[in-house]
Amino acid sequence: MKIACIKYNAGNIYSVVHALRRLGVEPVVSDKAEDILSADKVIFPGVGEASTTMNYLRAGNLDKLIVSLKQPVLGICLGMQLMCSYSEEGGHTGCLGIFDVPVKLFRPGQGEKIPHMGWNGIYDLKSPLFNNIFENDYVYFVHSYYVPLCGNTIATCDYTGPFSAALNKDNFFATQFHPEKSGPVGRNILKAFLDL
Amino acid sequence: MLAKRIIPCLDVKDGTTVKGVNFVNFRNAGDPVELGKRYSEEGADELVFLDITASHEGRKTFADMVKRVAANLDIPFTVGGGINELADVERLLDAGADKVSVNSAAIRRPALIDEIASNFGSQVCVAAIDAKFDGQDWICYLNGGRIPTGRKLFEWAREAQERGAGEILFTSMDHDGVKEGYANEALATLADTLRIPIIASGGAGKAEHFRDAFIKGKADAALAASVFHFGEIKISELKNYLKRYNIAVR
Repeated sequence: MKIACIKYNAGNIYSVVHALRRLGVEPVVSDKAEDILSADKVIFPGVGEASTTMNYLRAGNLDKLIVSLKQPVLGICLGMQLMCSYSEEGGHTGCLGIFDVPVKLFRPGQGEKIPHMGWNGIYDLKSPLFNNIFENDYVYFVHSYYVPLCGNTIATCDYTGPFSAALNKDNFFATQFHPEKSGPVGRNILKAFLDL
Repeated sequence: MLAKRIIPCLDVKDGTTVKGVNFVNFRNAGDPVELGKRYSEEGADELVFLDITASHEGRKTFADMVKRVAANLDIPFTVGGGINELADVERLLDAGADKVSVNSAAIRRPALIDEIASNFGSQVCVAAIDAKFDGQDWICYLNGGRIPTGRKLFEWAREAQERGAGEILFTSMDHDGVKEGYANEALATLADTLRIPIIASGGAGKAEHFRDAFIKGKADAALAASVFHFGEIKISELKNYLKRYNIAVR
């Protein structure tokens, strides 16, 4: 099985690579169309800032490439947010529009911090991605912006209120949390993606 | 519910994990790669990997060791020590670190925090602060606690937040290595006045110290080194203890 990790100007790409290696898969890390198009599965990782990253994707025509993919795609964290319609990060940053939902800034209540950082439970799990885990299992989040609940929500988490912990539409999957950093639970989610 | 985090800290000198009593005398506590892997398997929520002598001796953290540690971990991982410029941050993130902590360099040149936040996002940037109470104020120290500055803890922590730090890692030098509990009053002041997560550091000796850091100190995470390295506290047992006090843990 050929797995491509989309290479762009973000951190944590190698965290994903290591997680895949622990599952016995050696991914190709590339921003070349031929590598990405020929992969069985594509992972779109990321930690970074939305407008800077969208500019980078557009400059290399990766924006059009990602939207056109037909194989299973997994966006992670910023990768998920960039698959939405637009983000409040960087003012009003137009994104890829795969999921017709905006990305909003957390407005924390009393005692709540930004970023939402750490381990939180996910529930209302509605995808084969979660076949190997349980309701309310803990996964690792680090983010200041969130995706509201919508028709594409396949997992929910609570912070300042319920939000989308994961999304799915057709071949596009995405998690706000970092499965590659979520211990055995995250490993099981990545394995389920590889098994799709 | 967002869980309180337990964070073993791997202080590293010359490729070996060390933990000093009040930062001065070191005892060998093993290989950082082996420790990192063990903690990950034992249920640690996160790891901090600090090259504690880097800024003093002007050395750079070895990205190769970071890579080896990262390859064996499936929990988040912060790297600090010797980070002076953006290129250092980029190199460490590429090596597999999830976050970087900046300490001395950020006090010397606070704009480093702005640069990290604007290039990689606030969540990547941990502002580490070593401070000591002088009877009146908490004073920040540079270079692993060797050089006092004119900066006061609460002012500098607030400035770090405004500049874009995503977390504050506060080490009380008065409490570090003493094992009589964290600096809970100062922690609570940080937690009450800042809107970013606070990591408590310095003083863990017993399970109740962690409980107090979360309840009295209102910390979001608690960091410790020697109690974990020498097996005095098992992370799984610590978490069971905290659950009995209705503290949310993974």
